[in-house]
Amino acid sequence: MNAPFTSENIHELAPPDLVQADRVAGRMYTDPEIFELEMTKIFERTWVWVAHESELPKAGSFKSTFVGRQPVIVARDRKGRVNALVNRCRHRGASLCEQKTGQVNGFTCPYHAWSYGLDGALRGIPYPDGYEGVMEKGEMGLKKLRTESYGGMVFATFDDGIEPLEDFLGDVKLWIDRFMKQGGGYPLKVLGTHQFRFRGNWKIQLENTTDGYHFPIVHRSWMASVDAETAGMMSFMTDPAAVTHNLGNGHSVAQMVPEHSDLDIDDGSEPLQPRFASLVTELKSAGLGDTGIRKLVRAMHGTGFNLNLFPNVSMSISFLRVLRPVSVDETLIEHVALGPDGPADIVAPVNRERLRIHEHFQGPFGFGTPDDAEGWDRVQRGAQGAPDMPIMVNRGLTRETPSPEGWATSHVTDETGMRAAYDKWKRMMSDD
Amino acid sequence: MTDSPQTVGSRTAGSPIPQLTDPRVIRAVELVWQEADLLDRKEYQTWQELYAEDAYYVVPIDAATEDFADTLNMVYDDARMRRMRVTRMTEGYSIAAVDAARTVRTVSRFVPVEVLADEVTLRSAQVVVAYKRGRHDVWAGEVTHRISLSESGDRIALKVVRLIDSEDAVPAAGFLL
Repeated sequence: MNAPFTSENIHELAPPDLVQADRVAGRMYTDPEIFELEMTKIFERTWVWVAHESELPKAGSFKSTFVGRQPVIVARDRKGRVNALVNRCRHRGASLCEQKTGQVNGFTCPYHAWSYGLDGALRGIPYPDGYEGVMEKGEMGLKKLRTESYGGMVFATFDDGIEPLEDFLGDVKLWIDRFMKQGGGYPLKVLGTHQFRFRGNWKIQLENTTDGYHFPIVHRSWMASVDAETAGMMSFMTDPAAVTHNLGNGHSVAQMVPEHSDLDIDDGSEPLQPRFASLVTELKSAGLGDTGIRKLVRAMHGTGFNLNLFPNVSMSISFLRVLRPVSVDETLIEHVALGPDGPADIVAPVNRERLRIHEHFQGPFGFGTPDDAEGWDRVQRGAQGAPDMPIMVNRGLTRETPSPEGWATSHVTDETGMRAAYDKWKRMMSDD
Repeated sequence: MTDSPQTVGSRTAGSPIPQLTDPRVIRAVELVWQEADLLDRKEYQTWQELYAEDAYYVVPIDAATEDFADTLNMVYDDARMRRMRVTRMTEGYSIAAVDAARTVRTVSRFVPVEVLADEVTLRSAQVVVAYKRGRHDVWAGEVTHRISLSESGDRIALKVVRLIDSEDAVPAAGFLL
């Protein structure tokens, strides 16, 4: 059904009808009932990113996070398996863990001291005689989510019936493999996380990582502050090779710097940026050869693309951008800085530079993020007006063509990635 | 190996506990209050001139760290980054800075940590109230200033703002702490 939006029908249309091929309704950002439906129909029925494996280095490592609005603990058990457990005691519902990360032997409820293992099994109950003949301890473990990972990216889902993670990712896997190459021969690890809130709907952020069009406008201040090479690298507005692919299942990839999409492809013609000259000297004195140095330094800014996974994580150039819906008009964002994990004399100087590059753009006082957040706040405020007027996601619709791989493809400034995400949203919101 | 500036100075054993009434401490407090006023009035160019060329201005995330160079911070500015930040706040390209919250801040509860002939390290409490579009946000933090005293003018050698919620989500800001 593609009824035009009118002031008469806009508050009556079923949620799936608010998405059309080239437009969506502003009500998708503002209607609290739609937000409630999204939490169950989307966030509890698909794979939601919860952790990078480097955050759980050994048995007993944990992090507390959320799947949609539900608090979860992600923990590595003694068998090496990663478990996602609802952060809620089976007794009276108290949260078990209020620490962000750490190292534990298990989780004990602060209220009546019911204790659980790293796999969520109920281990101990104080004064157990009152439960004799009342309940089976074996049936009172923590609620466990299905957990699977690919390329170090850990996802969890409340839905036991959906497809395996690798099927859900499909062609995304190739791009995850490419993203991880920025370790320059070393695996990636989490270096730190910025967190900030904005007063707007989560889908405004979902759109943004595939919005090449805003970059030179919103980020003019950042562009003015970086060296000419870096500014030139991000000058994709008129580069026909800079394209966005719809990878299916709501996922898309926006290639801003296509020559860095696959960092293994290097004909040696690209000079390393002069700003890294002292880093190169430091790596040489650490004993690293020219090839190893070139791999690390050429990847200092990350890959050349934003890989946008529906619904909550983007693997964005050099970092992870994770969104958490809080309410219809509030969203929490994490910017997770990444860098190579290896011998300290090699990775420490590399990661110091990577941290400075990350701080320059990202986070609540970065030269990029506050301007993004201002733009998103303005969308939420403006979208209250004229609810019958659509939000346009039609840029580049007529120049979208299939790539040799079969991916619908258009210029990186086009809204192909948003259309991919909204198509998935429409399908998930239609499911009973 | 790190070149992180340290915020905790070592006091010589047996040296007296510094007093707030020490003239050197009073000079330092005056500079901190002057800085607070300039930031609330968004006079960023003048603000930047309060800093020594080799000074750092830091808003860390990790509540406990002193190793700012090897950790992720919200702000980790040397003189070059401060200059670019002031340009960003004033040149009119940043939509967050153009439409920034109005702020009023109180800096108090000064504790002199170390008082040397030419340098004072001070801890203080800072509460910034930021107002924008019908909403007040509170930014509370513990601040450490290291102030270099000199005949040619006292300068900030280090400022570290440890927000009490630095490890949680804060709003994205169009002003400085």
